[in-house]
Amino acid sequence: MNFKKTAIVLATLTTLISAANARDQIKIVGSSTVYPFTSYVAEEFGATTGNPTPVVESTGTGGGMKLFCAGVGLDTPDFTNASRPMKAAEFAICQNNGVKNIVGMVVGFDGISIAQSKENPALNLSLEQVFLALAEEVPSKDGKSLVKNPYKKWSDIDASLPNREIRVLGAPTTSGTRDAFDEMVMQKASKKFEAYGKNKGKYKKVRNDGAFVPAGENDNLIVQKLAQDKTALGYFGYSFLEENKDKISGVNLNNIEPTFENISSGKYPVSRSLYVYMKADHIGKVKGIQEYFDLYITDQMIGEKGVLRTIGLIPMPQDMLQKVQNSVKAGKTLTAEMAKNNQVF
Amino acid sequence: MKNDNYFYIPQLQKRKVKARRFELFAKSALFLSLAFLVFFLYEMVRQGYPAFNQAYVKVDINLTQDVQNNPYSAFTKDEMKIISRAWIRSLPMMMKDDPTLLETTATIWAPTAAEVDQYLKNHTNKLTDALKEKVNKLKDEGKIQSQFSTIFFFTGDSKIPENAGFYSAILGSLLTMLVTMAIAVPLGIMTAIYLEEFAKDNKWTQMVEININNLAAIPSILFGLLGLAIFINFFGAPRSSPIVGGMTLALMSLPVIIVSSKAALKAVPDTIRQAGFGLGLTRWQIVRDHVLPIAFPGMLTGSIIALAQAIGETAPLIIVGMIAFVPDATTSIFDAATVMPAQIYTWSGMPERMYTEKTAAGILVLLTILLSLNAIAIYLRKKFTKTW
Repeated sequence: MNFKKTAIVLATLTTLISAANARDQIKIVGSSTVYPFTSYVAEEFGATTGNPTPVVESTGTGGGMKLFCAGVGLDTPDFTNASRPMKAAEFAICQNNGVKNIVGMVVGFDGISIAQSKENPALNLSLEQVFLALAEEVPSKDGKSLVKNPYKKWSDIDASLPNREIRVLGAPTTSGTRDAFDEMVMQKASKKFEAYGKNKGKYKKVRNDGAFVPAGENDNLIVQKLAQDKTALGYFGYSFLEENKDKISGVNLNNIEPTFENISSGKYPVSRSLYVYMKADHIGKVKGIQEYFDLYITDQMIGEKGVLRTIGLIPMPQDMLQKVQNSVKAGKTLTAEMAKNNQVF
Repeated sequence: MKNDNYFYIPQLQKRKVKARRFELFAKSALFLSLAFLVFFLYEMVRQGYPAFNQAYVKVDINLTQDVQNNPYSAFTKDEMKIISRAWIRSLPMMMKDDPTLLETTATIWAPTAAEVDQYLKNHTNKLTDALKEKVNKLKDEGKIQSQFSTIFFFTGDSKIPENAGFYSAILGSLLTMLVTMAIAVPLGIMTAIYLEEFAKDNKWTQMVEININNLAAIPSILFGLLGLAIFINFFGAPRSSPIVGGMTLALMSLPVIIVSSKAALKAVPDTIRQAGFGLGLTRWQIVRDHVLPIAFPGMLTGSIIALAQAIGETAPLIIVGMIAFVPDATTSIFDAATVMPAQIYTWSGMPERMYTEKTAAGILVLLTILLSLNAIAIYLRKKFTKTW
């Protein structure tokens, strides 16, 4: 009997190879930041149209691009989420593998907020101060050469800052939040310092003497640690700050408070756009993918009063939304030129 | 006086103290681990218990054509903040499924929004004072009630916290475990029987045995990579499906099952085999009729424990795509599904506060299932064990 069971399993395995060539469940991969929004729309799509609910997997932006660009077969995903635009190199891989028609959209914005325990007095930091607290090497006193980061307390960086030990909890290098933080805080602030020479504007090495603590992918963990550790600061997606206002408060950056209004207006310096890409080659082969994309771009979802706002998305301004909607409705596909300029529409 | 005693041993006192001290150390180790366990369980029950109840609000609604076209139009702004959005959006589908409902008035207990539920449970919430007053009034009128949450047990995952349930994860775990069991148990037991009863004891079989023992200690994520390379990339099995997850977990549990089955076979007294040979039975007859029945309880226990381990496994499943948002409950092993530990992991990363209690409640359900599996293993072992 045991032999029979194994035989049956082997038989099913072999039939799998000749799997059917149409699918009615949409498959989505990609960024963990966009994942909650895409999942919400997926659920809405399943609950209101009677189609099967799309499966959304959180693989990270890079991992998603790899799966998405693997080919046009039905075993490849139909959409990928990204917390940055598709890179020109990724676009080229897509093209080489036969993924010719890609339609992109902007979902909205996401701010990365720095926060601390609520019991601390309000704190105001500039991007440069955050950079100096976290960089592995900092400019020496005369500003000509680089020395190993000597700052132990915030007051060492600037006398006006509190006499508090520097301890920052953040995301590990595998995380999209970390990529965005490195780009929008570290690299941006390093432009201000001549001492980095040709690395000016590119420097993102973070010190590893214990002042920066990689705290894992789970932002809730950082929130909990901040609630207990009054000295520490931490950074994570804005929605976690908004949900936990009873325990933590935001740190102002360049005098701008991390609030919904400041992020959507672009005043707050650390915010990024979120994207979704569709494999238009799958239209007609996978049931409902155009309908799903159409639902995603409605005002009801990503508009200024849309429901995704309630789960932490920061919607784009009306005129930009209009452009996104027009581009998706027209089925405008991505070109090499657009990928190079980080455009999607 | 002591010295008068002929049997007095001067070191005795010291030795006894040492013995008692050692006992104390061992005891405190036990109490410390018990304390951890009790603390963990207490925390989980404290946090998870509220999730088994959910606030419901009594809604009188006129099911007109307008409601079918745009269900949101039937409610005021405040009502939309009190009633779950998931319920409102499901109205048109409900009316489509049952056309007789059209143009009738219905009184329905609808789930409340997460914030209202959290407010009534005295948890942190973002409800405004005006809304709080309204909710209090509704509660006094008996129009808001806390009821047993059927949502948690009978719906799948959701990004709307009050609508999120464990059902599709429970079903997914069940399907995955069925696949794992169907593959790992027969394969593991057959391997053990061959190695223990039939194979000659030579260099080659020793090598195989050493490697099997090593496999049991390999980090589980490597089995995920193996599963991705073989089942998905080579055989083209569908990603995120219970068949792939089940086969991957089967690879992981195989060594454990083999090792425990071998131990069970080894424990069968050799006299039984010799008696069989003495009566002229073949090896196969001896194994089938005499050795296996005695070794059976041990094999069963080993298998159940290996499966219990597999049911709580997440790492290899990340790689084969089972850590995903899959709200639909599936009954086919070829469709996308998620499993219980994966669901717990996803919930633990969600920003909304209501997911905290859902996470803890999920852990409670998983723990209950694991405990009952272990209880079954103990019961079966007790029932079938032969004593001489």
